Amino acid sequence: MSTPEDLKYTKEHEWVRLEGDTAVVGITDHAQDSLGDVVYVELPEEGSDVTKDEAFGVVESVKAVSDLYAPLSGNVVEVNEAVVDAPEVINEDPYGEGWMIKIESPSEEDIAALLSADEYEQYVEEEK
Amino acid sequence: MPYAPLTDKEREKILTRIGVTDFAALLEGLPRWLRFNGDLKIRPGMSEQDLLGHFKDLAGSNRALDSIVSFLGAGAYNHYIPATVDSLISRSEFFTSYTPYQPEISQGTLQAVFEYQTLIAQLTAMDISNASLYDGASAAAEAAAMAVRVTKRRGVLLSGALHPAYRQTIRTYLQASHDKIQEVPFCTETGATAVEGVRSAITDETACLVVGHPNFFGSIEELEELSGILHERGILLIVAVTEPLSLALLKPPGACGADIVVGEGQSFGNSLNYGGPYFGFMAIREKHLRQMPGRVVGKTRDSEGRSAYCLTFATREQHIRRERATSNICTNQGLATLAAGIYLTSLGRSGLKKLARINLSRAAYLKKKLESVCGVRPAFSAPTFNEFAVKLPVEANKVLCALRKKGFIGGLALGKYYEGLPDSILLCVTEMNSRADMDSFSAALKEMLKELG
Amino acid sequence: MKERAVKGLKIKESLIFERSAPDRRGIEPSYGAVPAIPPADLIPKRFLRSPDDTMEGFPEVSEGDVVRHYTRLSQWNFGVDTGFYPLGSCTMKYNPRINESIARLPGFKDLHPMQDEEYTQGALRLMFELAEDLSEITGMGAMTLQPAAGAQGELCGLLAIAAYFKERGINKKRVIIPDTAHGTNPASAHIAGFDVTPVKVGPEGILTLSSVLDVLDDDVAAIMLTNPNTLGLFESHIKEIADALHERGGLMYCDGANLNALMGISRLGDMGVDVIHINLHKTFSSPHGGGGPGSGPVGVIKALEPYLPVPRIVKKGDTFALDSEYPLSIGRLGAFYGNFAVMVRAYAYIRRLGPEGLKRVSETAILNANYIRAGLKERFELPFDHVPCMHECVFSDKRQNEHGVSTLDMAKRLMDYGYHPPTIYFPTVVHGAMMIEPTETESLETLDNFIKTMISIADEAESEPEIIKNAPHNTIVGRIDEARAARKPCLRWTEPKEESS
Repeated sequence: MSTPEDLKYTKEHEWVRLEGDTAVVGITDHAQDSLGDVVYVELPEEGSDVTKDEAFGVVESVKAVSDLYAPLSGNVVEVNEAVVDAPEVINEDPYGEGWMIKIESPSEEDIAALLSADEYEQYVEEEK
Repeated sequence: MPYAPLTDKEREKILTRIGVTDFAALLEGLPRWLRFNGDLKIRPGMSEQDLLGHFKDLAGSNRALDSIVSFLGAGAYNHYIPATVDSLISRSEFFTSYTPYQPEISQGTLQAVFEYQTLIAQLTAMDISNASLYDGASAAAEAAAMAVRVTKRRGVLLSGALHPAYRQTIRTYLQASHDKIQEVPFCTETGATAVEGVRSAITDETACLVVGHPNFFGSIEELEELSGILHERGILLIVAVTEPLSLALLKPPGACGADIVVGEGQSFGNSLNYGGPYFGFMAIREKHLRQMPGRVVGKTRDSEGRSAYCLTFATREQHIRRERATSNICTNQGLATLAAGIYLTSLGRSGLKKLARINLSRAAYLKKKLESVCGVRPAFSAPTFNEFAVKLPVEANKVLCALRKKGFIGGLALGKYYEGLPDSILLCVTEMNSRADMDSFSAALKEMLKELG
Repeated sequence: MKERAVKGLKIKESLIFERSAPDRRGIEPSYGAVPAIPPADLIPKRFLRSPDDTMEGFPEVSEGDVVRHYTRLSQWNFGVDTGFYPLGSCTMKYNPRINESIARLPGFKDLHPMQDEEYTQGALRLMFELAEDLSEITGMGAMTLQPAAGAQGELCGLLAIAAYFKERGINKKRVIIPDTAHGTNPASAHIAGFDVTPVKVGPEGILTLSSVLDVLDDDVAAIMLTNPNTLGLFESHIKEIADALHERGGLMYCDGANLNALMGISRLGDMGVDVIHINLHKTFSSPHGGGGPGSGPVGVIKALEPYLPVPRIVKKGDTFALDSEYPLSIGRLGAFYGNFAVMVRAYAYIRRLGPEGLKRVSETAILNANYIRAGLKERFELPFDHVPCMHECVFSDKRQNEHGVSTLDMAKRLMDYGYHPPTIYFPTVVHGAMMIEPTETESLETLDNFIKTMISIADEAESEPEIIKNAPHNTIVGRIDEARAARKPCLRWTEPKEESS
């Protein structure tokens, strides 16, 4: 399982990459691996607001379905339509091409609550 | 002992292998106070030969349509079933298998369902069909619940001319969800849903309208006009078809603006069976696929690139999404849909169309014949397919009862379902009703009305 | 045990639509003595299909084509008649042929549901007596046969519970459901208007009173327990749980899907259960039909009888009638009275066996399941080992995982040896679950051969795992790409686009 050091994580198995004032969000390698072949993704509309810890979308594999929980509150400035059209990208490149949404101007407080790579790996270990 | 072939010696061997002395010792693992120590008070067993005799007696104390002239329809239709149907559904690879969870050894069932889905989509002119639901009435209830999910509104309109049992079933299914159910009157002149009634019942909270087509009175509905009115307000039109043979003759609901088409599939190769098993079909628009209840089969490939079929979109279903599933349904009515597939392909396009025209012609023949009987007139003016209602000069039950004594089941008295129609009966004519039957029936009716009137 | 199951001739068969040719005739009906009237003379044209409408390629094939088509398809299927089918919780027992003959008697199959009761006395009596026998077998006070399947039975039972509380002006919103339950349980509870509270089973694989007490309060309308549960274990604490629930005013719902282990051995009605559903297509031998039809009767205690669906079958003197005068009823579940022809088969089964026969059925089902468990536990991980197991036993793939072999792989490999795989990956509380239900209708030789085969697969997992991971090798198609089916949905055949002329 890969867990890039430069990203932040949540217990709901999302990752966050901070790019200036924007937070890019996707699901972790561990999450895509436990789901299996992803066949469907439902993402919010561009311009909508998401709230930390609330469901913002759905990801489905052949035999499992999982809510996507917002790691941060804020306005969705960009949605990755490419993963909606070809959800297999999430399996192939979860931290790159498989990103899902970009959230604008997350709060310092929300960012501080995210897990580091080490903390996330430890959490996954405990969950097993 | 029948159906449990272990010999006493083999039982001993099993008990030894498990490591207990006798069966009672094995049951020591269950709390003593939860065991049943008496004898079940049910009738004693019997040999296969005696069993057949006993059930022949039971069957013989029914009087079924094989021995009586009947004009009953009202949601279940007496059609001829070609010999191919029973012969092929009796292949035990079909009837002793279960849900195709393991596609590699279930391609027969899976391809047959895929073909069934296609046949239903073709007949209704809709995009997609599911693998079937329990019956027409529960399919209508599932459709109403689906419309509530799709539109995120809670108002359900039911045509008063929709089959009464369908309306009741919809109410049963929706009773806990607090969805608002309202009935729309039918036009007492045409026997079709009152368009003005629909217009005035619509609110911003209306999710759907459910109409029968042909409806309970056999009347053909103005689907295009209804869908126009509904779609302007973002409301779904659900068309419930109790007699699917009509689909071969009438402009299909999918071409008239229907959003969901459901119905009773029994007419297609399934015996009357005193009400079941039948199957409910459901056809939808592709855009609503993720809200569709029930199983569905898709085409894909195997590891070597060969065409193959499997159950798909399972994430909608209860075994994965549990309380958030699109329905609680688990199985489909597999064997009943297989019978439908064999039936429909046995007749083929031209055979099915011709059969529908025969039904229409015969119903028209009887309708005309009855109109010539003094005091009998059509109850409604809308065009009909193989079912129609007539108004009698006296109370309907009285007439039907007297007709029974002469060996005719003269249809269904509508008064039980509609207070305002105590003297009307609903008649159905299929290819099973010969000209001679119809002639003698109308003669009997004529004579009887003379006596009663 | 290198003897691979089967080689047989299985012929490729295209879709029926691709066998079609314009104007080819199948079974043509005839007008007979009634004159043909052109449809347009009777129905305005705007309501009619155009006469030359091809109905999107609706097939035109010969009778012979149809028979060959479906015969070939049938040969790609595996049924109980083909071989051992230990699909856990589905009770794939032998389907007696006499039941098929009986269900096809004209007095049953040609009976119209709207016929007057004077013509349907045999059918009504059959249903009445079947309901009586099922009540006696389960120990319940009243029984409805109307639900078309187990899941509809659950909905029926839960709606009755909701109606019972509503009538009494009591507001209870929650239903407790263990994590081993069938998915239909929470889905049915949701439709019946309840919120679902999950509860974990205890370390022995059954529900404990203490875990129930942790979530039990006055807001709980019902607990839905499956007994025997999906781990094949008897819920030994059911009575204490029911007592605690009753004390808080709740009702006990028991999913009786696995009744096959209980007939004459234990009665749910004697354990404080208020509502049950059972499956005639499991315990009472009606064929599964490739996915249905089934039948899911619901039994209740007397206090809940007024809420059962209408119409009910009642006996008045020597005659039977359909009665809809139950003002508190939850209503109808379908257009008529349920899957009558399935009831006919179930009743024939009960009448053939009688009380001793039914008890023997359950005893043998338990013996066979325990025999398989004893035969496999040396080689497969058995997470819950309470003795006895009831109708089925559940293993995990933990030991084979060490060689990179999963439950799915072993399931596919079983096909190569001529077996239908067990239920897999359910219940989810067992990692890589393999749920094996042999039923009572199998011979000892079949059980022995199956055990040998499973052990041979366990050997293969150690010595040549690749052969398992690539299984099945002998089926008409190989492993299916299910992800592709969901990503690129193709749910029907469509006419190939005509080439432009």
